[in-house]
Amino acid sequence: MSLRVDVRHRFGDFELDAQFEAPPGVTVLFGRSGSGKSSLVSAVAGLTRPRHARISIDGRCLNDTEKRVFVPPHRRQLACVFQDARLFPHLSVRANLLYGRRFAAVRPQAVGFDPIVELLGIGALLDRAVAGLSGGERQRVAIGRALLSNPDMLLADEPLAALDAPRKAEILTCFEGLRDAFSIPILYVSHSVPEVVRLATTVVVIEAGRAVGQGTPEQILGDPALMPAGASQAGAVICARIGRRHEDGLTELSAGGTPIYLPEFYGTEGGMVRLRIAASDVLVSRDRPRGLSALNILPATVERIAEVDAAATLVTLKTPAGPVLARITRRSIAALELAEGVECQAVVKSLAIALDEVGQG
Amino acid sequence: MDGLSPQEWQAVFLSLRVAAWATLLSLPPGLWIAHLLARGNFPGRSLLNGLVHLPLILPPVVTGYLLLLAFGSQGPVGRLLEPFGIVFAFRWTGAVLAAAIMAFPLMVRAIRLSIEAVDPKLEQASATLGARPIQVFATVTLPLALPGVLAGSILAFAKAMGEFGATITFVANIPGQTQTLPTAIHAILQVPGGEMSAVRLVIISVVISISALIASEILARRVARKVAGE
Repeated sequence: MSLRVDVRHRFGDFELDAQFEAPPGVTVLFGRSGSGKSSLVSAVAGLTRPRHARISIDGRCLNDTEKRVFVPPHRRQLACVFQDARLFPHLSVRANLLYGRRFAAVRPQAVGFDPIVELLGIGALLDRAVAGLSGGERQRVAIGRALLSNPDMLLADEPLAALDAPRKAEILTCFEGLRDAFSIPILYVSHSVPEVVRLATTVVVIEAGRAVGQGTPEQILGDPALMPAGASQAGAVICARIGRRHEDGLTELSAGGTPIYLPEFYGTEGGMVRLRIAASDVLVSRDRPRGLSALNILPATVERIAEVDAAATLVTLKTPAGPVLARITRRSIAALELAEGVECQAVVKSLAIALDEVGQG
Repeated sequence: MDGLSPQEWQAVFLSLRVAAWATLLSLPPGLWIAHLLARGNFPGRSLLNGLVHLPLILPPVVTGYLLLLAFGSQGPVGRLLEPFGIVFAFRWTGAVLAAAIMAFPLMVRAIRLSIEAVDPKLEQASATLGARPIQVFATVTLPLALPGVLAGSILAFAKAMGEFGATITFVANIPGQTQTLPTAIHAILQVPGGEMSAVRLVIISVVISISALIASEILARRVARKVAGE
């Protein structure tokens, strides 16, 4: 199952001109607000008609302006989860969930009602009216409703944007569950790095209406040139295997043979996880530091030094765990005599590795 | 006060029958045109809008005369329909047509406003879940617009009950055929000494109108509560 998109359209001063491919798994369209991500999803769903478009899923043409093909939204078999849940207020939760079923193509149901309801934890809500639901509950029902329409692909347009932090975590867990339990491909729009780290198998970076990069989260998030907010948001993503839990509450992980310590991390031993280390949380030392509280010290080689502004630079370090980014002042670069190829040590506090940015690898 | 004379009863029942048919028959095209005006984006939309509202701004006598020209036994539409046994001129069916045309703008206006109040995003969501446009309308737009549809129908019914000018011009004032409540009251007032009879009909007219109003209020409230999902 793979979605190919080539869209060109003008909205006033804004020009959308993006080409990308979404392979199976979770593809995150990543970019700041106003970059055109939602317009792309809207075109894929068939809710807008771009001037030029060639969109196909698994070879099935959805929109080809050259051949004058436009498949209307109700025949695309793509279900949407919107930022606002858009539940039907005159129907009960159960009727909302079953809404798409009556129109769904006659074919073997990919997902059953009960497993979905259980995964989303909405069993107790089924006979409730929509009006009384909380924001998180609404969004879970919306996800269930979309899945139960038996779509070829799920489109999610910033589904967490309208929720508070605990609710975000709750829905993010739902999406992780979907990705792992049902093999349904998801096209997911987001401007949030934690969501990319936790969900994405593929990232497409959208900037000013163009797809400027595509790759794995490790490749994309570790590349400061592709990060929408530039260096201030930059950070490396590394893959690590969960190891032993220590008695003092730390969990030992192994990334490329180097130990990394995380506090209070609940995962199964042997599992792979993704860690994001923000560039501003990384220190660089020439010698292996002694008498320092930070636990994670990675041997590193300077690969590249990029100027950020008058005072700061962004240093890409090569470590056994993969590339790590460090945000360092020019003064420190000079004082440490850092240059490409110089060997040094990258230092990260255990507590600086944000736990909500730990995703299953 | 004495009971109603047979002729007065006739006028009352004919009025109710004419108003009910006029409302019922204009409901489907009313829904369609209101939806077209609320959601459609096509050339000639303003023209259609103007056409629908025409009976509201034209003198009713003019509307009645135009109906007579078109649907009369010598009119182009009238002659076309006559072989099928459909005759409007000077029949109660003509009273239905006149009442329906006069009430149509009020009905369309109320329905259109309530359709415009339905969030188009819900209709989009419905489409992405696989509903065809007609199914979107039937399962989302119509249920959510129901209070307005109800209000529009009651309004149309009341207007049809009271329609006078176009009716009397188009189908005249024939007792038992085309004499409705308002035209009956008008006829009675032309004859000296008919005041008592007129008062009886006026009271009946007021009672029917107020009952319709109260019924619509109760229904609309009940539907609104159901639509809001409470």
